[in-house]
Amino acid sequence: MSLITRDPERGARLVEDDPWIELDTDAPLPAAGDVVVPMARLAGVGDVPGRLGVRVDGSTDPEALVAALPRLSLIVVELPKFTDGRAYSLARLLRDRHGYDGSLRAVGHVLRDQLFFLYRCGFDTFDLAAGKDVDDALKAFEDFSITYQPAEDHDQPIWRRRRA
Amino acid sequence: MYQYDAFDQRLVEERAAQFRDQVVRRIDGRLTEDEFKPLRLQNGLYMQLHAYMLRIAIPYGLLSSTQMRALAEITREYDKGYAHWTTRQNLQLNWPRLEDVPKILEALAKVQMHAIQTSGNCIRNITSDPYAGVAADEVADPRPYCELLRQWSTFHPEFAFLPRKFKFAVTGGAEDRAAIAVHDIGIRVVRNDAGELGFSFLVGGGQGRTPLIAPVIREFVPELDLVSYAEAVLRTYNRLGRRDNKYKARIKILVKQEGPEAFARQVDEEHARIKDGPLKLTREDVDAFRRFFRPPIYEVLPDDEPALAGALLGKQRGFSRWFAQNVVEHRQPGYAIVNLSCKSKDLPPGDVTADQMDAVADLADRYSFGGVVVTHRQNLVFTDVRKRDLPALYAELLEHGFATPNFGKLTDIICCPGLDYCALANARSISVAAELTARFDELSQVYDVGDLHLNISGCINACGHHHVGHIGILGIDKNGVEHYQLMLGGSSGTDASLGRVLGRALTHDEVAPAVERVVLAYLSLRATDEEPFLETYRRLGPMPFKEAVYEPHHA
Repeated sequence: MSLITRDPERGARLVEDDPWIELDTDAPLPAAGDVVVPMARLAGVGDVPGRLGVRVDGSTDPEALVAALPRLSLIVVELPKFTDGRAYSLARLLRDRHGYDGSLRAVGHVLRDQLFFLYRCGFDTFDLAAGKDVDDALKAFEDFSITYQPAEDHDQPIWRRRRA
Repeated sequence: MYQYDAFDQRLVEERAAQFRDQVVRRIDGRLTEDEFKPLRLQNGLYMQLHAYMLRIAIPYGLLSSTQMRALAEITREYDKGYAHWTTRQNLQLNWPRLEDVPKILEALAKVQMHAIQTSGNCIRNITSDPYAGVAADEVADPRPYCELLRQWSTFHPEFAFLPRKFKFAVTGGAEDRAAIAVHDIGIRVVRNDAGELGFSFLVGGGQGRTPLIAPVIREFVPELDLVSYAEAVLRTYNRLGRRDNKYKARIKILVKQEGPEAFARQVDEEHARIKDGPLKLTREDVDAFRRFFRPPIYEVLPDDEPALAGALLGKQRGFSRWFAQNVVEHRQPGYAIVNLSCKSKDLPPGDVTADQMDAVADLADRYSFGGVVVTHRQNLVFTDVRKRDLPALYAELLEHGFATPNFGKLTDIICCPGLDYCALANARSISVAAELTARFDELSQVYDVGDLHLNISGCINACGHHHVGHIGILGIDKNGVEHYQLMLGGSSGTDASLGRVLGRALTHDEVAPAVERVVLAYLSLRATDEEPFLETYRRLGPMPFKEAVYEPHHA
């Protein structure tokens, strides 16, 4: 597995050391470090040693995350299949409607040719599916230099940028 | 028509480069077929029975003569010299080779064309009224709105992986010539009581295995909210549409399950949050799109053209018949709308040869301001022909095989490629169309059968729109043998309705005689010579037709 990130300043790059520790439903909290808990555990999790993240999937209702958003530094969204497009709307709702500005990470069946769209919907970190070429994937963000519609990366539809 | 600027041009070039890279990665194995499939589909590339099929987008059916020539050239160079107009106003190539597809995309990009989103579970090519811009009954030209929606939906990052495919149709006419009621979203341009422009949104129509007429979910969406409202509908669908069963994944199922009112409430709730955001249009935005669709500079001409009147009185009965059937009133005096029939005895319905495409391009330049429209009934239209030119144009259309006087008539058959090409089909459709055409060619000349839409699909997916044919024919598989269901009473017009199955399925050889019995029954049952088939059927119901087909000896 290879973790890729992209931000507007530094572009796309490989993440060498991922600080996040994934916990399942019953695993005890570690003494130190940033932890990611499953959605089912989110409501019950008390103080954590470092930053807090949650793992959800595309079917999660963003409203169910609203109360916890101020505590969250990472939301991991599982894509069971790369063709399951719900994660894209979930990401946009979290960013746009609920103002979430922590990290959004796509995991699961994450492939090179979806990265451009995932990024535009507000994901900033991508856990590339096993066996996939990282160098290929890093190029994905360059596929298009033109985008027609506003999304989470900019708010200027093409018809307005044309007149700018 | 719309002209690409540097942004649009770069986008289609980058798309061609992206697809070229995807094909390389597929061929060298970095992409598996499962991973490649949704990517090639979003580029209109299907794997069919014998070969790949490439579907080229023709936004709202509108082509320039330059584009038509490029399509002819591509058809000649990369295919077998013929192609197929589809019911979504697109063009299909039947035999391209995978490794040629990037080259085809590059050739298309040179004339401001592409194959983006002509397939796959995304927003497809947006269709419209073939008479857009010239129809006498138009509230407003729908094409600027189509183009706005095209740009909004092109590579929309959120809606590339919807539960299922998604089709828009937009009409600006009082009469629906775009079949909006059987689309995922049908949009009708309307004016409210205050005289303001806006849109009536129909959502959740469709054909396929669960045919449904779309309910109106909002009577009036203000003009400047067009894009934000579409986004609200798509977001609601993307989140809530079923993904566990592809046969229940279209938006029509969601709208039906939730109920139109409840669905509309959820859309409205989403829309309220985004309508004043970046998608809110300004007057300037809309005007910029309108400018691309200004009418051509017409000559000031008398409407009663003496040359035309003379030709109609002349000896050429063929011309008079063609004029009566295929030529439609224009709103500009002295001009006419001409339907070019792509339904003849010589080719399968909707097929066109590269030479014909070149001829059409040439005729468009000489007779119709260099433009041509592909229709959802798989024909072509010249929207702006001087009436005085009609006799000369007729002669040329005749020469090139576009003058069959059957527009909107029995032999103007909508037909999918069927089992001859399609991997999904259960039965042949082209051979059925050929038999019907042969059988009715003479009959329809003897009798004035009037408007009669005959639609044929080779399977339940309904690419041939059988549910909305006045007479619909559906190919099914019955214990490994191709059979056909006959259905009557469908319509894709303003009074949209779905056809009902008449009786037991028929064998291939039984179809044409059965349809003939339906037509003969209609001719004997119609109240007047002017009563169209659909009215007779709606007046009398299926029984007399059922008897005619299944118990002909009683009739």
